[in-house]
Amino acid sequence: MGKPNEYDDIPGTTVFDAQRSRQGYHLNMFCMSLMKAENRTAFKANERAYLDRWPMTEAQKLAVLARDWNGMIGLGGNIYYLAKLFFTDQKSFQFVAAVMTGSTQEEYAEMMLKGGRPPEGNRHAAEWKKRERRKRG
Amino acid sequence: MARIIAGVTTSHVPAIGAALDNGKSGEPYWKKVFDGYERSKEWIRRAKPDVILLVYNDHASAFSLEIIPTFALGCAAEFPIADEGWGPRPVPKVIGHPELAAHIAQSVILDEFDLTVVNKMEVDHGLTVPLSLMYGQPKEWPCPVIPLPVNVVVYPPPTAHRCYQFGRALRKAIRSYDEDLRVVVFGTGGMSHQLQGPRAGFINSKFDRRFLNLMTRDPKALARITHLELLREAGSEGIELVMWLIMRGALDEKVREVHRFYHVPASNTAVGHLILENLK
Repeated sequence: MGKPNEYDDIPGTTVFDAQRSRQGYHLNMFCMSLMKAENRTAFKANERAYLDRWPMTEAQKLAVLARDWNGMIGLGGNIYYLAKLFFTDQKSFQFVAAVMTGSTQEEYAEMMLKGGRPPEGNRHAAEWKKRERRKRG
Repeated sequence: MARIIAGVTTSHVPAIGAALDNGKSGEPYWKKVFDGYERSKEWIRRAKPDVILLVYNDHASAFSLEIIPTFALGCAAEFPIADEGWGPRPVPKVIGHPELAAHIAQSVILDEFDLTVVNKMEVDHGLTVPLSLMYGQPKEWPCPVIPLPVNVVVYPPPTAHRCYQFGRALRKAIRSYDEDLRVVVFGTGGMSHQLQGPRAGFINSKFDRRFLNLMTRDPKALARITHLELLREAGSEGIELVMWLIMRGALDEKVREVHRFYHVPASNTAVGHLILENLK
């Protein structure tokens, strides 16, 4: 592993770099396979059996089964690959974004209508840590 | 001699395509987006390009993690529409321009831009949504389209500066093509957005508006922007704005801005759109 990356300072953000692309290779390639209708059918018929065809880690498989989107990203998943999975579930980018931010659909859609998550207070990891501390009092 | 008459930048949000395909473009939420392109449709109907060179990124559709070309050029005669998980979008297949594409590939490689030639490729929403926004729902796309996919999915994408320089090389390539063709270059993606993790929904309108201003007035200043600044200020997926610099590099230094549209939100994204014409 190299030095820490300067983009690791951006809060709530995972940059899909070469290391993560390596880590998530089979997870992402599984997602990619869902671009074929017959594979979507096979996956929906028995998710676990379909996942077992791929040399993914157990943690990756469990994250897929639980539709733990942040978990999948932490295990090397990339959002454009994961999109094949949530499109198979007939879910949208906005649905998954709401889940990943821990908000309800309504709250998230409302935030976007009001102009989205602002840059103020969301640029540096230290800003989030400070907010966390204040919340805990 | 072929020449570039204008450049178009636009977001390529998949939900915009879905809204159009599912007959929702008249709903208040989506109407606000489509209204911003009414003038653009009129403009392109009059401009009548002979060929569109369309810079976009493939979203894990034609390319997977097996092969990740930084710059690629679609040199095929036609490009089928990809099934991204919902079934292919109900839009016409894309007809290419293999002769001009081959000429561009040869020219830019000798100019030291080592792009990947692609002779078989499906195209996804990154390419079809901009065409839908500019042309609506025709039975056939009105002109051939040369796809130019850029890797922005696996970090790092090419730098803003490299993209701008690549645009300059494309300009030279097109101007050295014998046939009289009027070419419009599209730079797509953006603007600020983040689709992943707890910071999803990130939007930075101030950054976007400055970016739009500089696209018209001072692209060289924009070409100096770093990846770190793009990630932090425009969001993890907003980094795809580097693709706009390819289009801008292909235009003359001085351009006329004929249309601008900016709107938040389309799904998770700030929509930005410019039409820039070369003066002569």
